[in-house]
Amino acid sequence: MSRPFKYIGTKRRAKESPRFVTGQGRYVADIHLPGMKHVAIVASPHPSAKIVAINTEAARAAPGVQYILDGREFCAATEALPVGVDAPKVTRYALAQDVVRYAGEWVVAVVADSRAEAEDAAELVDVEYEATRPVIDAELALQADAPLVHPAHGSNRLYHRKFVWGPVERAFAEAEDQLSFRVRWGRSSSVPIETFGVVAHWSESNQLLDVWASIQMPKYPDQLARALRLPGNAVRVHYDVDVGGSYGVKRGIKHTVLVSYLARRIGAPVRFIEDRLENMRGGDMHGPDRFFDMQVAFNRDGIVKALRIRAVDDVGAYAGRSPLQLGKPVGAICGPYQIHAVEYEPTSVMTNKTPQEAVRGFGQAPTNLAIERAMDYVAQHLGMDRIELRRKNFIRKDQFPYLIPSGSTYDSGDYHTVLDKALDGIDYPALLRQRDTLRAQGMLAGIGIATCLEPSGGNAAFEPLFNPKNETTTWMDSCLVRVDLSGAITGVMGTSSAGQGHETLVATVVGEVLEREPANIRVVRADSLNALPSNSPVGSRMAIMLGGAAAGAARKIKTTLIQLAAHNFGCGIDDIDYNDGNASQRSNPAKKLSWDQLVEIAHRKYHLLPPGMEPGLQATFVWEVPTGGAMPTADGRVQMYPCYSFEAHLLLIQIDPDTGKPRILKYLCGHDCGVMINPDIVHGMTYGGIAHGIGAALFEKFAYTEEGQLASGTFMDYLIPSAMEVPEIHIVDHCTPSPLTTFGQKGSGEAGYLGSAAAICSAVNDALRPLGTSIETLPMSHMDIWNCISQRGTKELRKTA
Amino acid sequence: MTDRIIPKTYLVELDVNGKTCRAHVPARTTLVDFLRDELRLTGTHVGCEHGTCGACTVMQNGKPIRACLAFAVQLNGEKITTVEGLCKADGSLSILQDSFCATHAQQCGYCTPGMLISSQYLLNQNANPSDSEIREAISGNLCRCTGYQQIVDAVKLAAARMANEEQA
Repeated sequence: MSRPFKYIGTKRRAKESPRFVTGQGRYVADIHLPGMKHVAIVASPHPSAKIVAINTEAARAAPGVQYILDGREFCAATEALPVGVDAPKVTRYALAQDVVRYAGEWVVAVVADSRAEAEDAAELVDVEYEATRPVIDAELALQADAPLVHPAHGSNRLYHRKFVWGPVERAFAEAEDQLSFRVRWGRSSSVPIETFGVVAHWSESNQLLDVWASIQMPKYPDQLARALRLPGNAVRVHYDVDVGGSYGVKRGIKHTVLVSYLARRIGAPVRFIEDRLENMRGGDMHGPDRFFDMQVAFNRDGIVKALRIRAVDDVGAYAGRSPLQLGKPVGAICGPYQIHAVEYEPTSVMTNKTPQEAVRGFGQAPTNLAIERAMDYVAQHLGMDRIELRRKNFIRKDQFPYLIPSGSTYDSGDYHTVLDKALDGIDYPALLRQRDTLRAQGMLAGIGIATCLEPSGGNAAFEPLFNPKNETTTWMDSCLVRVDLSGAITGVMGTSSAGQGHETLVATVVGEVLEREPANIRVVRADSLNALPSNSPVGSRMAIMLGGAAAGAARKIKTTLIQLAAHNFGCGIDDIDYNDGNASQRSNPAKKLSWDQLVEIAHRKYHLLPPGMEPGLQATFVWEVPTGGAMPTADGRVQMYPCYSFEAHLLLIQIDPDTGKPRILKYLCGHDCGVMINPDIVHGMTYGGIAHGIGAALFEKFAYTEEGQLASGTFMDYLIPSAMEVPEIHIVDHCTPSPLTTFGQKGSGEAGYLGSAAAICSAVNDALRPLGTSIETLPMSHMDIWNCISQRGTKELRKTA
Repeated sequence: MTDRIIPKTYLVELDVNGKTCRAHVPARTTLVDFLRDELRLTGTHVGCEHGTCGACTVMQNGKPIRACLAFAVQLNGEKITTVEGLCKADGSLSILQDSFCATHAQQCGYCTPGMLISSQYLLNQNANPSDSEIREAISGNLCRCTGYQQIVDAVKLAAARMANEEQA
């Protein structure tokens, strides 16, 4: 390493925090425009039905009602939303037209002077339906006689392909042993505490749509303009809106098209803030609902030779980008292991359920679960220690950069060391003793382990991989840095944030490069008409992409200052010392220009500028994803994301044999995301990701009845872990810098979540192992565990009798 | 045109953060809507509207309540404290608020006002809470960002700093 960092990696307060602790955050629901109207939704009670008639007469007469919109008018006046794969007949609009495809789908929008009046009137809208047979189960949906969710598409299969990378057949034929199993990731999501909301205002005189939204979405303004048949420059999205949590799902494009259309139609600002049921049922933000049929080929020494992965994902009633969540895992399809042959067969299925949206990890967490279950199964089958098995299969530190069969090269890592640090950190021998003591006391107790990757630096390589008609090969981000006449620095970013601390990120890296105090650097957000291109905070990308862009812009400014000083000293730029923003001539230290003097020359003294230098002091930098830019090969190999963070989870769980209730007693995560820009922010996201994974593993499920009704539409039945369920978590850091990024940083926005559910599943099954039983379906609720114990117990009793 | 039915409204007068606030609202207006829409105190957030997430937690006469489950008319004459009322008199951060910043106890900030109210109530009752007492005190406030760890750290730090301040 060169010199140590001055600000990067040090404990520093987040710039955003003061406004949040004083109640001065500015969320979408805090935006109040004069004359603003409010929307309530009439949703379908049926999972599958024809709309026979819509009678709005009584609703129109209700107090305060401004407008009532149905799907016929809306679908005629707007364009359908884009589909992530080549399935043009799977059309999707914010309001249903003629048929409804899931319970909760929006049918009518009511606009009134207040939300209460809109809700009152919505209750008076009379929709006559003719119920049709729904299909709720993904496997049934794939059968030939299944009702079709989108008959025009001709099948419920939205996407299917079989990839073969490496000599899979041969590896299975030659391997000494193999086994197969099924594991299931349940339908959960990230469920932010703030629901989605949007405010839109159309200015007829300016022919301009202004939008404020709780949004985390690439290409949002472009998609909005396209759907509304407006030129891109007629849409202005304001990114200075604090987003109350997202972790992938805040993609309210359908909400935004609807509200924007209404604002234009009635000539007044319109706001829609989902209530919790609208959010859970009709907000289109469920996560992957996926099962894996796994086959593993291995030798008796524990070396895994090949994987066959069949993944079936239930995306619900419409497509959007959801099928692509089967695509991203291609970039880490063999996990942190040296597995040279992989067959991967992803299938995306439509059913009459709420549509799926991007969730933290974009499909990687379920895939990591499947790979980690395979490692546990192989260890159990061979009677090997689970940790030893992983050590044997890990890619070694000296093998990086490491090309995996599906075409991605892992940038760097030291998996053995991180795992060792985690084992030391948790005192593994003591953990084993504690587990065995609990077992001796009659408790069920288990140790869980998961070692897995977080691909980071979010690119969109899965788009051309899954849709040959899509030739997207750049997923750039950018930053503008400006030094004003007073010498103060402002960074300008072009996207909103949902708690990731991007203002702190930009200030820290700009401060690092220019050697100026980050606390004094202001960071603002341009609206979409002022902004440089951004692809928003998706795919654990902002430390790499926004951080890289901000550093790039700051470096341009530093170069300008050095050139300016060299010109004034009459020396070469190599003779300039730059310290804390001040420049001096190395060979003649008496020649000095302070930061303030340099800034003043740049802004006022054209006669002192080198010929051809632009006056003022600002720079922009647009950065392409490192390693990005290429189309996939014909056999589906592509560099997915550039950087690979690694995490090793260890925990001890105790299960009460009488109730099935699990309790996590100890939890530790060894984590390597390269250079941390702000350790408190990285740790915070990791703690939160682990908690999110605890929810996915043990509690959270969008359960459906056989009839297709959502049975968990409130926080009374969709259970988010509280401080009582989330244990004290310890993190042990390790740093293997990435060779591809500005400071060696990797991503961490999905940290923790990518391995915690797998680790908990491993722990629960270690606890159940003495009973000779296991659970391979998430979430593993108290009741599921108890059922598993009691069924087993009954069998054991029968045996003894 | 049918005749417009004008809903009956009631005068509600509350002491909010030490200031007397009045508005005429329908009986069905919840406290959180009263605070946010009538008084434009938008620090108190709405998360679930069914009393589970705790984002709307405020104090009524010093005790935490769910502002989404209370009607404004029920609270006529009561003393309400919101996150905006936690700052010191000069507008600077309270010890608890500053401790939340010091340990990075918030990410998106949406649950933070409710978390602060529940934590402040705990510290008002118990100057030296244990980890498990802190976890129990905030167990009615859901947070999706932090995994609660840095919030527990913040409350511990605030308790220690308050104790030091008293000794000084």
